[in-house]
Amino acid sequence: MNIFDIMGPIMVGPSSSHTAGAVRIGLITKTLVGGNVKKADIGLYGSFAATGKGHGTDRAIIAGLLGMQPDDMRIPMSFVVAEKEGLKFKFENVNIPNAHPNTALLHVENEYGNICDVQISSLGGGRILVNKLNGIEVNCSGEKPTIIVRNIDKPGYVAEVTSMLASKNINIATMRLHREKRGGEAVMVIEVDEKINEESIKWLSSIKGVLNVTYIKG
Amino acid sequence: MAFGSVKEILEKCTKDNIEFWQAVIHDDITERGTTEEESFEKMRIMWEAMVSSADDYEPDIKSNSSLVGGMGGKFEKYSEKGESYCGDFVGEVIKYALEMGENNACMKRIVAAPTAGACGVMPAVLIPVFKRNMADEEKIIKALFTAAGIGQVIAERAFIAGASGGCQAEIGSASAMAAAALTFIKGGSNEKITFASAMALQNLLGLVCDPVAGLVEVPCVKRNVIGAMNALSCADMALAGIGNIIPLDEVIDAMREVGESMNVNLKETGCGGCANTPTGIRIKKELMGEE
Ligand code: SF4
Repeated sequence: MNIFDIMGPIMVGPSSSHTAGAVRIGLITKTLVGGNVKKADIGLYGSFAATGKGHGTDRAIIAGLLGMQPDDMRIPMSFVVAEKEGLKFKFENVNIPNAHPNTALLHVENEYGNICDVQISSLGGGRILVNKLNGIEVNCSGEKPTIIVRNIDKPGYVAEVTSMLASKNINIATMRLHREKRGGEAVMVIEVDEKINEESIKWLSSIKGVLNVTYIKG
Repeated sequence: MAFGSVKEILEKCTKDNIEFWQAVIHDDITERGTTEEESFEKMRIMWEAMVSSADDYEPDIKSNSSLVGGMGGKFEKYSEKGESYCGDFVGEVIKYALEMGENNACMKRIVAAPTAGACGVMPAVLIPVFKRNMADEEKIIKALFTAAGIGQVIAERAFIAGASGGCQAEIGSASAMAAAALTFIKGGSNEKITFASAMALQNLLGLVCDPVAGLVEVPCVKRNVIGAMNALSCADMALAGIGNIIPLDEVIDAMREVGESMNVNLKETGCGGCANTPTGIRIKKELMGEE
């Protein structure tokens, strides 16, 4: 923890896990789907469901989906802002077996009709973990620049992606591979030390067999 | 690398012939790969945010649950009559601690120090000091580095979240940090800084985290008051030349041991202590019923 995790962050109260973390859940979901979020179905689990209302968890998640940062004074009024910006949303309490006690499930749609399903937990101190993206386990925090590559599960993709990063002088901090089933869809979650430019992301997307590339700036 | 002990900080101070806050800022510069100016400026922004949060207080609003709100305003009115036990200065500390705690509960902007629940302790002691010209802005910022250094060691060796170690980890840590800041401001030596901090944490050992209905409101807002008051008395004791038998690093380790052996009902689950009183249970039921 650096000293500004101790003296800081500046945030809208009352809780780093249930409010600041909830804003970050909304923010990262917005990044993952891209563009402006127009529709969101949100499920709250565990302590989020039990004490979320008192902590403003619902308003915080919506604030994040609208692109507000955890210190944005408009968080308490985010429902009003959502109405103005045409974001329709719905909350319900859900049960997710074996999930972290502060977890949200989001099904969101952006202005172009792109859809994204995520499961994200708030770990405390404002830190979060994306558990699942479109049904596949990714377990990334989004603190570092992160590339999420969805591809067809065939040999060679990992080498292609990593050699491209090497050629751009980008150092990989961590890398994890997940897949649904053999020959199905696979996901690479790559955390890197430096920010990546748009052109490299485009290049990655153009590789044959790569279905989709998402970049989280960190 | 963050310091693993207060002893390490003190050794660095002696070796490089620097002050406590300088050891902390130097470490931050290496850790985050930044400059001294940037780091100092960033801390100044934290201070500004504390002050503007205090300015933001509204005595007429309540939290969502209506459990807290208005206490800071009430206390200010009472204190102004000049009949309180605590007097003008301490009265103002209490007022700010209540106001910050209430600001947090009312979804206003605050500075987590070290956590949102304990956000009132540092500003409650520092703003009255600043307003009375007992320290200029530069000195306050150096005091914040001093406090952050101690908080960082606590986070390394133990914990700073109620969910991990009970309220001693939140309000206790904030109080230890504030005591260090206050001692530094009055020119206390490094040794006195650590004595004040050790006393403050030691006094709050065992404090449980028992928020009613799981909300950072009851008993949290008033706990900020005890954290701030405890910091004042411990800083004054240290400045008076009173030491502490157990060194700060060891008090931190004791806090960890106590926190680890605490029942989970007493670690932010909202199942024990104040939360588990008949009134606490009733409030929880009422609030849940609304949802
Ligand atoms: S009781 Fe728990 S939630 Fe409240 S201030 Fe203390 S540690 Fe934080």
